[in-house]
Amino acid sequence: MSLYLLCLILFLIGIYCLLVKKNLVKKIIGFGIAEYAVNLFFILLGYRAGGEAPILDKHEALTNIVDPLPQALILTSIVIGLGVTALMVAIVLRIYDKYRTFDINEIKKLKG
Amino acid sequence: MLALFVIIPLGCAFLVPVVSKIRSGTERLLAVFCGVSLLWLSLSSFFWFEGGRIIYSVGGWKAPFGICMVLDGLSALMLLVVNLIGCTAIIYSLDYIKKYTAPQLYYTLFCLLLAGLNGVVISGDLFNLFVFLEITSIASYALVAFGAGSEELEAAFKYLVLGSLASTLILLSIGILYGSVSTLNMADIALSLSASQASNITMFCLALFIMGFGLKVALVPFHAWLPDAHPAAPAPMSAMLSGVVIKTIGAYALMRVVFNIIGVNAAVLGIFVWLGIISMSAGVLLAIGQWDFKRLLAYHSISQIGYVIFAIGLGTPLGLIGGLFHLFNHSLFKSLLFLNAGAVDYSCETRQLDKLGGLSRKMPITAATSLVASLSIAGIPPFCGFFSKLLIIIAAFQAGNIIGGFVCVIVGMVTLASFLKVQKYAFSRKVEGIIGEVKEAPVLMLIAMVFLAGLCVIAGLFSVPLIKNIISPAAAVLMEGTRYAIGILGA
Amino acid sequence: MKETSGMSLIVKRVTRISVSLIFLYGVYILLHGHITPGGGFAGGVIIALSFIHLVLAFGREAAFKRLSHEFISLAESAGGLMFLIIAVLGFSGGFFFLNFLRHGTPFELFSSGTIILCNIAIFIKVGAGLFAIFIALAMLRIPIEQEKG
Repeated sequence: MSLYLLCLILFLIGIYCLLVKKNLVKKIIGFGIAEYAVNLFFILLGYRAGGEAPILDKHEALTNIVDPLPQALILTSIVIGLGVTALMVAIVLRIYDKYRTFDINEIKKLKG
Repeated sequence: MLALFVIIPLGCAFLVPVVSKIRSGTERLLAVFCGVSLLWLSLSSFFWFEGGRIIYSVGGWKAPFGICMVLDGLSALMLLVVNLIGCTAIIYSLDYIKKYTAPQLYYTLFCLLLAGLNGVVISGDLFNLFVFLEITSIASYALVAFGAGSEELEAAFKYLVLGSLASTLILLSIGILYGSVSTLNMADIALSLSASQASNITMFCLALFIMGFGLKVALVPFHAWLPDAHPAAPAPMSAMLSGVVIKTIGAYALMRVVFNIIGVNAAVLGIFVWLGIISMSAGVLLAIGQWDFKRLLAYHSISQIGYVIFAIGLGTPLGLIGGLFHLFNHSLFKSLLFLNAGAVDYSCETRQLDKLGGLSRKMPITAATSLVASLSIAGIPPFCGFFSKLLIIIAAFQAGNIIGGFVCVIVGMVTLASFLKVQKYAFSRKVEGIIGEVKEAPVLMLIAMVFLAGLCVIAGLFSVPLIKNIISPAAAVLMEGTRYAIGILGA
Repeated sequence: MKETSGMSLIVKRVTRISVSLIFLYGVYILLHGHITPGGGFAGGVIIALSFIHLVLAFGREAAFKRLSHEFISLAESAGGLMFLIIAVLGFSGGFFFLNFLRHGTPFELFSSGTIILCNIAIFIKVGAGLFAIFIALAMLRIPIEQEKG
C-alpha cells in the first residue's frame, strides 16, 4: 500500500514541477517525472505476492508469475512518452530561437 | 473490413515521404486518394451493420482475450463526421499549403491524424483507444506548431503541456480501472462493473476520466489551451481540430466511457449539465470582445461544445438525439467557418476584423458560404443549426431543466449578435482603401467550402430522414448503456 | 570547442571497437525477442545509441558523410511499411494481423511465425527514427553558433 502512495507522491512532484517552475526545460523534466510515476504505478499493479518473472523456460514449469499484461502496456506507454518528449524538446528549442529566453513569463505574445 | 479504416491512412502516412522523394507532386494524389477512399468507406459502413453491430477480432483472437474493433450506430456517426471533414480539409489544403515550406511533412502528419481519429472511433478495447488517442494528440501538437512562427510555437507548447497532462490522467485512470477489474475489453469491463456495486474506486476513475477527457473536449475549467491553439494552426488543421478532434477524442470517448462502460447515474449527468451551462455562457461572453477572426471562432467552439455536453447530460432520448445532431451540425458549420477564415487569411494576409472590409464584392463565393455558416451557427431556419438547437431547447424544457433551457436561448441570441458583427466587419461594410488588391481564393479551396455549405443546407432541409437513419441508432447505443456489453460478449 | 573534429584520439580509437560491439548486442536483443525480454523496440534503441556514439565521437560532418539524412528517412518509412505489409498479409489467413507463418517448436530461435519479422520491422523503424530525432535536434544548433562565433 505504501508503494502506491509513494508513486502518487512522485506523480504529484512531477505535476508540481510542470505547473510551478518558470523555466521551460524544468517543465519538460517535470512531465518526464510524472510520466515515469504513472508507468511505475501501472507495473506495480501487476505484482502478485511471491510471483516470478513471466518468462517461459524450457526446463521448468511456472506456477506463480506476476501479471505480464501491464508490462506490455507500459512498453507502449514508454514509447508514446518518448515521442511526446522529443516533440516537446524540439518545440522548446525553436521557442528559444525566436524568443531568446526559456522563461515562461517572457513568452506571452498571445493574450486575451 | 473494419481494419481498412486504420490501414489506409497509416499506409498513406508511411508512403508519403518515400513517394515525395521519387516525384515531388505525387503526395497530393496520395492524400486525396486517402481522403476519398475513407469517405466512401464510411458512407458504405451504414449498410454493413443494419441496426445491429459488427465485431471484428484483430489477429483472430476472440474477445475478451484479444483486441476487437466494434462498429455500431455511434461509431458509424463519428466515422462519417471524421472522414467527411477530413476529406474536405485535404482537398482544401491542396492549395492552402503552398504558403508553407514543407508540404510532405504536412500530408504525413495529416494522414497520421486521420489514422488516429478512425482508430479511436472503432476501437473496442480501452487501452487501444488510449494508444490511438495519443497518436491523434501527437499529430495534432505537431500540426499546430506547423508554421513555426513565434505565436504558433507558444500556442503549441501550451497545448502540448495541457494535452499531455490530460493523457497522463487518462492513463492513470485506465490503470486504476484495470487494477480493479483485471480486463481491458470495454464490454468485459462493463459486465464486471455492473455485477458489483458502484464503489469508490469506480467513482475515482470516473472523476479522472471526466478531468482528462474534459480537457480534450475543452469544457470550461479546462479550456485554456483552445483559444491559443486553434487560431495558430493552419486553417484546414483548425477546421479539423475544432470540427473533429475535440469531438472524437473528447466527447465521443467521454460518452463511450460514461454511458457504455461505467454506466450513468444522476450525479454524473448533473455534472455534465452544469459544465455544459458554464461552457455555453463563458464561451460566448468571451467571444464577443474578440477582434481576431479565428480566435472568435475558437471561443464559439467552446460555447457550442457546451451545448452538446449539456444535451447529453440531460439523459433523455430527445436530449441525446439533439446533442448528437448538434455535434454533427457543428462539425459542418464550424469547419466551414474556419475554412472561410483561412481563405480570408490567404487572400488578405490578416485576420483582424477591424482591418478587413468590403470582401463581399471581391470574394463573393467565400462571402456567400460564410453567410450560410453564420446563419447555421446562429440557429436560423432552414439551415441545420436551427433544428438541432430547437431539439436541445425542447429537450431541456421537457426534462424540467428550466435554467438550462433559458441559457440555451440567450446564448443563441448572443451568438447571432456576434456573427452579425463578423459579417458586417469582414464582408459587408463598404469602406474603401482598407485592403489592397484582393482576389478570390483558389479553386480547390472554393470547392471544399461550397461542398460544406451545400451540406449545411441539405442537413437542414432533410433533417428528419437524417435523424431517423443516422442519429437515432447512435442515440439508441447510448441509451442502452451497459447492455451494450451483452450484445458484444454474449453474441 | 573544436566540435567539427570530434573528441580526442583515445575516444576515437575506443569508439571504433565499441560501436561494433554495441551494434552486435542490439541485433542479439532483437533476434531473441520472442524468447527473452527485449525485442524490436529495445534493439532499435540500442542501435540508435551506437549511431549517436559515432556522431559524438567523430563530430557531426564526419559521421553524416556515411549516414545521410535521406537514407535515414527512407529507412524509417521502409520499416513502417514493412510492419504494415506483414499486418495486411495476415488477411490471407482471414484476419488482420493474423500470425500466418509456421509456428515451429517453442523456445527455438526460428519459431513463432510473424513475431520475428515484426520485430525486425520495428527495429529498423525505431533505430532510424531515434537517430533522425537526434540529427534534427543536433543540426538545429548550427544557426545559433554561426551567429555567435
